Amino acid sequence: MSPQRVIHFTLNGAAAAAIVEPHHNLIELLQAQFGLTGAREACGQGLCGCCTVLVNGRAVSGCLYLASFVDGADVATIEGFDVSNRLSPEQEAFIETGAFQCGYCTSGFIIMVSQLLDKHPDPSDDQIKHYLSGNLCRCAAYPEIIEAVKLAARKRKARAATMARA
Amino acid sequence: MAAIEQADAARAGSQIGRSVPRTEGRDKVTGRAEYVHTMRLPGMLVAKIFRSTVAHGLIKSIDTSAARKITGVLHVVTIDDIRKLIPNPYYGPAFHDQPILADKKVRFVGEPVAAVIASDPHIAEQAVQLITAEYEELPAVFDEVEAMTSKVFVHDELRPAATFADLKHLKGLKGTNIALSFKLRRGDFDAAYAEAAHKFEHEFRTQKVLHLPFEPHATIADYKDTGVTLYSASQGPSFVRTEIARLLGWPENRVRIKVPYLGSGYGAKLYIKLEALALALSMIARRPVKVALTMEEMFYQITKHPCTFRIKSGVDHYGRIVARKCEVFWNGGAYADIGPRVTQKAGVTASGPYAIDNVWIDSHALYTNVTPSGALRGFGVPQLVWAYESHTDMIARELKLDPVEFRRKNLMRDGDQHTSSQVLKDAAVEKVMDLVLDRMNWSRPFDEGTGIVRRGRGFAIAIKTVTTPTTSVAIVNVSADGSATLYCSTVDMGQGSNTVLAQIVGEVLNIPAESVRVVQPDTDVTPYDMGTLGSRSTFHMGHAARRAAEEARDKLKQLARELGEPDGSNIPVGELFKKRYGMQAGNIVGSGTYKPDYVSPNPETGLSPNITPFWMISGVGAEVEVDIETGHVMIAKLINVIDCGTPINPKLVETQISGAALMHLGFTMFEKMHFDGGQVTNASLADYKIPGIRDLPGTMENLTVDNFQHNGPFGAKGVGEVATFCVSPAIANAIDDAVGVRLTELPLNPEAVYRALRTRAGRPLDES
Repeated sequence: MSPQRVIHFTLNGAAAAAIVEPHHNLIELLQAQFGLTGAREACGQGLCGCCTVLVNGRAVSGCLYLASFVDGADVATIEGFDVSNRLSPEQEAFIETGAFQCGYCTSGFIIMVSQLLDKHPDPSDDQIKHYLSGNLCRCAAYPEIIEAVKLAARKRKARAATMARA
Repeated sequence: MAAIEQADAARAGSQIGRSVPRTEGRDKVTGRAEYVHTMRLPGMLVAKIFRSTVAHGLIKSIDTSAARKITGVLHVVTIDDIRKLIPNPYYGPAFHDQPILADKKVRFVGEPVAAVIASDPHIAEQAVQLITAEYEELPAVFDEVEAMTSKVFVHDELRPAATFADLKHLKGLKGTNIALSFKLRRGDFDAAYAEAAHKFEHEFRTQKVLHLPFEPHATIADYKDTGVTLYSASQGPSFVRTEIARLLGWPENRVRIKVPYLGSGYGAKLYIKLEALALALSMIARRPVKVALTMEEMFYQITKHPCTFRIKSGVDHYGRIVARKCEVFWNGGAYADIGPRVTQKAGVTASGPYAIDNVWIDSHALYTNVTPSGALRGFGVPQLVWAYESHTDMIARELKLDPVEFRRKNLMRDGDQHTSSQVLKDAAVEKVMDLVLDRMNWSRPFDEGTGIVRRGRGFAIAIKTVTTPTTSVAIVNVSADGSATLYCSTVDMGQGSNTVLAQIVGEVLNIPAESVRVVQPDTDVTPYDMGTLGSRSTFHMGHAARRAAEEARDKLKQLARELGEPDGSNIPVGELFKKRYGMQAGNIVGSGTYKPDYVSPNPETGLSPNITPFWMISGVGAEVEVDIETGHVMIAKLINVIDCGTPINPKLVETQISGAALMHLGFTMFEKMHFDGGQVTNASLADYKIPGIRDLPGTMENLTVDNFQHNGPFGAKGVGEVATFCVSPAIANAIDDAVGVRLTELPLNPEAVYRALRTRAGRPLDES
């Protein structure tokens, strides 16, 4: 159909290579070639956030991001968040506050929350809403998600303190 | 029976009323939960759909020749290909009216006409673009009221399914768009209305909106001559199995439906949707075939019913409603789906939670040339409540009565006959009302605002039956190490049913809910359930799971007795198995079935002394701020209260109330499918706005009243839909309170409010 191309990149910390076509997007690459289905296409227009993936540390909409663009990049997906089987503070907080129902949008939310907390360790309600206005949840777990962000912020600090003590 | 259940509730201790975290939480936050839309099978092909561009027309020709020439295209399929394998390729829950692909005629824009099967979705999509069809366009009917009398008929002949006995008389009927009319007659409306001191008549409308689950519809069919397996994002695997077996002329045991987690459903994934097409395509390809929609395509799959509701009330000198007439017209779209059930089940409560002696209800399901309508979180009840609670408020305001006290005077209470003639029991109508008012500080002075921002508050209250009679079956298996597994076909689509059912099993077996495994629906192993719908699972499957666990518990006790253990011995279950089998071996299996009693409505009067095993009650209080220069409405406060009996899992109940109310906030304030000549013009998330995190009310409370459902599992009853009912009228009533304008059509967007304000000021805006 179209010329194929070999790309090399880092995927959740490991070296990866793939053969892609120019029209393949990042979600197709992750799902079809790596079996990673945590980032999912829903709206297909970059409006819902279900397909959020980190590329070089920045959240992108995987449904609009061409696969060939990750050549040489560092790609991180939700599947890389529970390092050594330990949930990230955001993941723990989402469970403890019940910040999801069907779970389809949850990966995207958790990735955006981690971005938010990287920039604003003590986010205000306005900052939370600003960062998460590009993620939609049809089950409308928004009140619980706001609660989860605040809990995750506390968990991050507690972990940092534990690490500092160790 | 009731006494036994009371005793159970009294015993309820450690598992019931516990906010157990969702059993599937870890899979969901790590991105590892499985959904059909992202599932792949070895050797799987994909299909894309070519859809009608006209609303109503005869198919003159379909040209697939260019599509077939694309490298990588394996099959291009029309109804003629399908009919060779499935001689009667029509499906549907109430009517077998929907062809797997359009058959000689198209009935709505977006109707599937042909399908392309390829190994690569891009190739399939490219091929779809090359298909062309010629139609002889026919006049179309879009409006539900017009459809009543239109000479345009969506179907030449009605094709009711055998599923519902009360629809059989419609078979072969021609020259009508009415799929079902439900009528209820109580007392003498005409006489009472004629004598009433005050008479009121209003008309309300609701718009076409859709569920839009973020996992779009998806089914993979894997057909073999010996049996077929479907992986489907379905809320009702048992029904899908029945329909697929019927289409194939096979016994049910050769059809397997597997359902992993659902990226939600809200009613969109009920009954049968893509499954018939996926089956047919897999039969043709003789390989697994996946049919997965895009978000845009969901606008052509299923929507909520738009509705026109004409309501008349007669009120006496004492402020008592003495007569009410409800004429409800449901816009069912091109195929009946479950519209006839919506029409009847919702119809029963169309006059509201008020004790009125003379009631006349006509509820009509109509075919039109738009995307089919089905059930959306409330089975039609939110549309009815929108009308009757707006109407009730308008009456009170016109009679200069307090809208809340006017309601209180007319409310049904336990011991009263519901309109259906069933005596109300465990329906905490007044408790719900009082809790809303308390949290709203209703009796305190209220700041009405000044200048351009005016403040108002509104209230609404509602009642609903549960879809009845329906059956649930569950199996509890205790393994040789003492661990327990629940097998049931209830689908966890985010509402938390797996967790709640694990709590019920855990309660009976006296083990933590977290240790109970709930098997994902798979009709080869999980027994029958009517469907995950209408807030029925906690009650129906809750009972079935409870009974299955009780049977397993009793068998374990029997085993202990046989092994000579003293009564009340707390020997670990695993030791019992070891003693019996000499090693870790064996199983104890308990099963349970639940089907509530029911009396069909009398065909003449629509009355029944037993129409529902429980009543769902909800109330909403809303406080709004209206900008009179822009028409913008800010929801300052939203108080959502429901009666769900015992909350088995308080946190999940709260989340369901909150989610239901917020979803309905979207339907109330801005969501609307726009049409031009039958064509949806905003079929994308870019043009169809849904609630985001910035749309949260200023404050929101999600509460339950203290109540016990005498015949519920541990006193519980349904939750999922309940908080949707009252949101729209509570907000419209608050807008009226704030600025004195009454909106009778949803959504309540700034344009609608501003137009009403201008009209009220005598300076109406031009239409268009």
